[in-house]
Amino acid sequence: MGDEVLSIDGLHVSVDGTEIIKGLSLTINIGEIHAIMGRNGAGKSTLANVVMGHPAYEITAGTIAFKGVDLDEMEVFERARAGMFLSFQYPASIPGVQVGTFLRKSVSSVRGNSAPSARDFRKELMGHMDSLNMDKSFLSRYVNDGFSGGEKKRLEILQMLLLNPSLALLDETDSGLDIDALRVVADGINSIAPEAGCLLITHYQRLLEHVKPDFVHVMIDGRIVRTGSAELAGELEAKGYDWLEA
Amino acid sequence: MSGDTARDAVGDYQYGFHDPENATIRFDKGLSEQVVRDISELKNEPEWMTEIRIKAYRRFIEMPMPTWGNCDMLNQIDFDAVTYFLRSSKGTENDWDDVPDDIKNTFERLGIPEAEQKWLGGVTAQYESEAVYHSIREDLEEQGVLFLDMDSGLREYPEIVKKYFATVVPASDNKFSALNTAVWSGGSFIYVPKGVHVAMPVQAYFRINAKNMGQFERTLIIADEGSSINYVEGCTAPTYSTESLHSAVVELIAMDGAKIRYSTVQNWSANVYNLVTKRGVAYADATIEWVDGNIGSKLTMKYPSVLLKGEGSHAEVISVAYAGKGQHQDAGAKVHHLAPNTTSNILSKSISKNGGRSSYRGMLQVTPKAHGCRSKVVCDALMLDSESQSDTYPTMEVGNSSADLEHEASVSKVSNDQLFYLMSRGHSEAEAMGMIVNGFFEPFTRELPMEYAVELNRLLELEMEGAIG
Ligand SMILES: Nc1ncnc2c1ncn2[C@@H]1O[C@H](COP(=O)(O)OP(=O)(O)OP(=O)(O)O)[C@@H](O)[C@H]1O
Ligand SMILES: [Mg+2]
Repeated sequence: MGDEVLSIDGLHVSVDGTEIIKGLSLTINIGEIHAIMGRNGAGKSTLANVVMGHPAYEITAGTIAFKGVDLDEMEVFERARAGMFLSFQYPASIPGVQVGTFLRKSVSSVRGNSAPSARDFRKELMGHMDSLNMDKSFLSRYVNDGFSGGEKKRLEILQMLLLNPSLALLDETDSGLDIDALRVVADGINSIAPEAGCLLITHYQRLLEHVKPDFVHVMIDGRIVRTGSAELAGELEAKGYDWLEA
Repeated sequence: MSGDTARDAVGDYQYGFHDPENATIRFDKGLSEQVVRDISELKNEPEWMTEIRIKAYRRFIEMPMPTWGNCDMLNQIDFDAVTYFLRSSKGTENDWDDVPDDIKNTFERLGIPEAEQKWLGGVTAQYESEAVYHSIREDLEEQGVLFLDMDSGLREYPEIVKKYFATVVPASDNKFSALNTAVWSGGSFIYVPKGVHVAMPVQAYFRINAKNMGQFERTLIIADEGSSINYVEGCTAPTYSTESLHSAVVELIAMDGAKIRYSTVQNWSANVYNLVTKRGVAYADATIEWVDGNIGSKLTMKYPSVLLKGEGSHAEVISVAYAGKGQHQDAGAKVHHLAPNTTSNILSKSISKNGGRSSYRGMLQVTPKAHGCRSKVVCDALMLDSESQSDTYPTMEVGNSSADLEHEASVSKVSNDQLFYLMSRGHSEAEAMGMIVNGFFEPFTRELPMEYAVELNRLLELEMEGAIG
């Protein structure tokens, strides 16, 4: 057993009085890649958002800990600074805020004293953008404003690479990506994976061909109903979810 | 007002320091015909200007308060408590070293001389009623560009001043333009000769230091045929618990094919009444642009306007307003399409926070003979909480059916998803708000000279700190 990055224990979550997560436990160690699959509306994004601290969700029972520290009292930005990262299924757009400025500010917030100098940051940024096949012109565009679906996902991965988290929650980062982009995103995940815990939420096996998960969990109606190895993903793709329902 | 309440009212106002008042001449509080005569006499003005002042004073007395804006706040103004003239130095210096030390310190804290060296074509600094420092680059002077404080302008070029003064904003326009015409002092006088382009912006800096002070600067800019000028002004005042009145008049004249851009970042402390009349007239194919930011003051009432008098002329008004606790920003734009094929763009953005109120008040007029006009008006309001207020009062008078007019208005709130997104990238709630707010104002900020843009962003970020949570 390696070090625990994320430990979720007996989690129940409600939004506006409706229970969405109904008793969920999950442990992720450094160097592990976990995939979560499940139908639309099963509660996958809710799980990711709750771990990151979205204020709309109420934890009615259970605990979430990051590197052994209970997250209950920790604000969203403190979680980010502690090394948690969420790649959003639907990243928000921030009109008027240029990508370049936003990235620089985010890196200095999250990495604090160990943030790179302006020149090193630039170098790092250019390197990652090259590997993600992102044109420099992105830097002067506004954050996610008018971005195509795939462009938004690339920007999420760019942020992940720059912020270098020890826990990465990737919510359908593979959706809407073309084949080349899927490969660069997978490369990105693989590059941080050895030093981090990764939780991939996905509907498709194709990402898992490039990023080999250690565990695949099936989520139905707010619970994990089955956990298996990478092969489970293929099985789900072939058979759907009906056979797993109680 | 207790110290705490005063601080509450003005927030963390960073220009809130003040210097001891070292007046060389200070008029008694209150206004009378004699005070008006005394100001004119003190300045050794020609008879005709004294006449203009006296007439304007009489109009001021007769005229009622405006019935729009914020009447409650307006009626709180005690005209008898205002000092109408205060001289702090012996004259206007052209050498920075000759400016009195205390005044020099003030402007140095505000970064004025550095800015001049780096990026300005000329600078004038007004302290209370009069300019204390003035300079213009030699190359501009050689090209015949006149850039003086208004008092010197009147002294040295009376024929030009007489020809244009109060032709764009008559004294009788409104109560505050009458007041300004009666007691005006300081401001800028600019003449750009035919075909001369002033590439570097010229800047004026206005500072009120004394308590209960009234600052009534008067600015007149004339851009002759085919010329262009970019004028920038900034305003601050220290934080007192008593109120000050700033009531300026600005007149712009853009002759055929000329272009004037006039940018303002107003950051008066939150006990200054800022009641300003700004208007420009554009002749054939001329362009007038108002870039107007209102961050400070208790009450601002200001509607930069353009008279599109010549065929093919163009008006651009980009304004932002930030209304925090106890503040009312009543701002907007007025464009009068008086000639055929004239065009205008109005973009107004406002933010209200902590119970502040921002209003957009606009007027768009197209006269019957003005064929083929185009105008686009966009008003966006951003509300940072539910106790704040935003309202719009657009007026349109369209007398020519060929006009192509667009009007869009929106009121939005900062979405939780935006905040969550930014916070998940390590930004505190205040920092996230600051980014969203700066992004919202970006279409304005990017029009400002770099130094002003940076300063404005920093200011708004400071505003977002504190009162959150
Ligand atoms: N803020 C919210 N307000 C109301 N209902 C919500 C909210 N967030 C989630 N839900 C509901 O909770 C359920 C789970 O949503 P969630 O987004 O977690 O599903 P998901 O598994 O990510 O689905 P998908 O595969 O479509 O992304 C859905 O029925 C959704 O409508
Ligand atoms: Mg989802």
